[in-house]
Amino acid sequence: MVNAAEYEDRPWLDPEAEPFIKVQSVSKQFGDFTAVDSVDLEIYKGELFCLLGGSGCGKSTLLRMLAGFETPSSGSILIDGVNMNDVPPYERPVNMMFQSYALFPHMSVEKNVGYGLRRDGVAVSEIEQRVQEMLAMVELSQFAKRKPHQLSGGQKQRVALARALVKQPKVLLLDEPLGALDKRLREQTQYELMNIQEQLGVTFVVVTHDQEEAMTLSTRIAVMDTGRFQQIGTPTEIYEFPNSRLVANFIGNANMFEGRVVENGQDHVIVESRHPECNFYVDHGMSIAEGSKVWVALRPEKVMISKQQTADGNTNTVKGMVHDIGYLGGTSTYRVKVGDEHLVEITSPNQLRPKDGNPPIDWDEEVYLSWEPSSSVVLVK
Amino acid sequence: MSTPGETLATADADPKSSLLQRLTRLAQDHWRTLVLFVPFAWLLIFFLAPFFIVLKISMAETTVASPPFTPMIQWVDEGIMHIRVVVDNFAYLWEDDLYVDTYLNSLKISVTSTILCLLLGYPIAYAIARSSHTTKHILLMLIILPFWTSFLLRVYAWMGLLADQGTINDLLIALGLIDEPIRMLYNTFAVYVGIVYTYVPFMILPLYANMEKLDWELLEAAADLGAKPTTTFFTVTLPMTVPGIVAGSLLVFIPATGEYVIPDLLGGGNVLMIGRVLYNEFNANVDWPVASAVAIALLLLLVLPMMLYQHIQAKEAQGS
Amino acid sequence: MNNGKRSIFLLSTLSFGLAFLYVPMIMLIIYSFNKSKIVAIWGGFSTKWYAVLFDSPEVWEAVALSFKIATVNACFATLLGTLAGLALVRFGRFKGRTLFSGMISAPLVMPEVITGLSLLLLFITLKEFIGWPDERGFTTITIAHITFSMAYVAVIIQSRLAGMVQDLEEAAQDLGAKPLRVLIDITLPLLAPGMVAGWLLAFTLSLDDLIIASFVTGPEAVTLPILIYSRIRLGLRPDINALATIIILVVAIGVLIAGYIMLRQQRQRELDLSMVAEEK
Repeated sequence: MVNAAEYEDRPWLDPEAEPFIKVQSVSKQFGDFTAVDSVDLEIYKGELFCLLGGSGCGKSTLLRMLAGFETPSSGSILIDGVNMNDVPPYERPVNMMFQSYALFPHMSVEKNVGYGLRRDGVAVSEIEQRVQEMLAMVELSQFAKRKPHQLSGGQKQRVALARALVKQPKVLLLDEPLGALDKRLREQTQYELMNIQEQLGVTFVVVTHDQEEAMTLSTRIAVMDTGRFQQIGTPTEIYEFPNSRLVANFIGNANMFEGRVVENGQDHVIVESRHPECNFYVDHGMSIAEGSKVWVALRPEKVMISKQQTADGNTNTVKGMVHDIGYLGGTSTYRVKVGDEHLVEITSPNQLRPKDGNPPIDWDEEVYLSWEPSSSVVLVK
Repeated sequence: MSTPGETLATADADPKSSLLQRLTRLAQDHWRTLVLFVPFAWLLIFFLAPFFIVLKISMAETTVASPPFTPMIQWVDEGIMHIRVVVDNFAYLWEDDLYVDTYLNSLKISVTSTILCLLLGYPIAYAIARSSHTTKHILLMLIILPFWTSFLLRVYAWMGLLADQGTINDLLIALGLIDEPIRMLYNTFAVYVGIVYTYVPFMILPLYANMEKLDWELLEAAADLGAKPTTTFFTVTLPMTVPGIVAGSLLVFIPATGEYVIPDLLGGGNVLMIGRVLYNEFNANVDWPVASAVAIALLLLLVLPMMLYQHIQAKEAQGS
Repeated sequence: MNNGKRSIFLLSTLSFGLAFLYVPMIMLIIYSFNKSKIVAIWGGFSTKWYAVLFDSPEVWEAVALSFKIATVNACFATLLGTLAGLALVRFGRFKGRTLFSGMISAPLVMPEVITGLSLLLLFITLKEFIGWPDERGFTTITIAHITFSMAYVAVIIQSRLAGMVQDLEEAAQDLGAKPLRVLIDITLPLLAPGMVAGWLLAFTLSLDDLIIASFVTGPEAVTLPILIYSRIRLGLRPDINALATIIILVVAIGVLIAGYIMLRQQRQRELDLSMVAEEK
């Protein structure tokens, strides 16, 4: 196929590609509580897909439904074309890496890793060989005889990964895979996980509450809240073009301005804001009636701060007073009061070393904020 | 309770499979039912059914025969007489001062003992909970250890201590504190000593379990906010240990009420308790219907505390 | 300082409590070596009451019967209690669950006189209708003991299961183990310490029971507690002190060994942890 190469890294754009996992209007109720509310999702082969959301948003329930520990109250889940609704967990072509790792405490590392193969009735010699290969891959060969309590957190995590991967599942489910590791180890493991995924070509579905983790790991992210998907897209799409205030606030920080559409052009929109008084010229067109109430989201790093007025008028610029400065070394965060009480957050790189200990911009100084037409996003909800 | 796996397992049934294979399959398909059935059936036969028999006999009449009560089948035919008999045994308990006194005395003794256990057990549990890791383990072991030795012999040990010529009286006379031995055995005092001695570990353990989970920083926070130690105790520590106090008190109160051995060995003939009356009514007087009626009466007395305890246990099990 | 006053109070209560628990037992042991026939009057050191005890065939018979009952009881109670615990914690909702959980925990708080009386009446009724048990003794006592000990085992198993992360069982299923396989490979091995504890508890409870046994026993079967009770009802007896001393020592040694094993396991675990920490 001609298109194959073009869509290799982004199969979800390929109109002819068949999704590997299909979640079709799946709901899950626990008593009166709806954990997952009629969601649809398509995940393609080889993806590293993240379900991102706060606790109680339904992401873990969805993952457990993929693994087979929970049955959907309605809707169906298809993996590789097969309806999984009536397939028990022990017969599903998926394996899971648990948040607690769930290593069997009474079995050695190699017994843990080989457990799934023994259940499948694989020949002893083959089990031995495959376990060794797997342990070599996660660099734990010399720990084969140890019991789980004799391992560090990072080692346990790798045993859990090896145990889940040794059966060569079609899909690997990971529940907060890095949650129990400390920050430094987490960053390192993050890249190891990506390498292994690339090397084996297994489809990964990761559940996480950590947006940074989701951003670095995934091909695509589904942001979940109260049992529904708020937005599904690549990390860039989600960050640069959030579709709601909720997503914009959940992923990174955003300044939010309430306003009214005063001009809706072919390739631009102008939004008039009252607090602070300024106009937003946004260079993406959208189908929205003039006069409707909208919000403009502006990322802190996309706002330029200056002591000099850089542009005339009040379009894409506003005057304010420095209220707070947070010096973070590489960058500084400014909170600037515009209008009567509205605070705008700006992060700006510290490119120049301050002279005589005086920062380039100081508390209570008058400053001008400005931004590019392409920097802001208009949100209708 | 059928899982999809079970249907898959039966789908490939082979008519020629051996008995062993069929048994294996049976175990695989129905093991859950088996797991549940065996203990369930056991309890229905040996725990629940006996209560109905006790209930029935408590409504029968005493006769000089073996078994010493009127057969049950008889009153199925004569419904009217049945009702008269029902009233009889319980009315007898109610009208006889001995039973009413026994009832009240049991209650008094078990309530007082529970309070004594709490007063002694609370500081001990507190001291254990606040001691260092190793000491804690040793102390807990010391509290539990007597529980593993014979209860009967531990009660017996007090007979030796409390007797007129027992260790305590000997010691007091030798020290010149008293001239005549104080009567300490075969009275209510001895029963209190015996009950507190036997049941204080049942008070300490739930209290300790409760206290161990406490966040001691709360006490520091209270002190930091200006509360004096006594104020801290009554406003922070005590309210937080209420679950332990309730559980421990029930664990002392319930068995103490039905206690037989302690009043019999330490109380002599003077201390009437309901468990003892039941035992004697049954074994010495061979009055089974009255013994059964006493059992029902005792059960009525304890049913609320027992249900409360079960409720707490169930809540605990759900919480963890 | 207030803190000091408080710790003095706690320490003295603790000492008093421990003395209260242990002095009677220590006196029991001391007087078992008393030459005098009157227990409370010291007549010099002697081990003759041990000889009296060992020469008494009915003591040995009672010990043998009690151990036989306790062993059979412990095995059955562990089995039934484990099954009950599993059903209650892992089977979710089923018909009759409330009744079941009520029945399993009720024996824990049921006065022994009631349990004893009701079981005896059951046995008598059964004999009347089906002719079994034709004789009361070993079988009836064992059945009675199983009925209340299984409740204790079930409680231990329930708390173990509740504390055991369900993750492990789910992980095994996820790796292809069917439910029965999960039970055998994962659940039961992890429950083993709880089952051992339950067995020991059931054994001790049975060995210690006087009231239920004296209700459901027949004229032939005399368990150790029944024998002791019949002797001490009428007053102190030095040979009983000797028996008590032996029982206390056996239990104390048993508990010490158990404690030592637990301590060693804990040390090993701490050693493992420090080893892991160093490798990092």
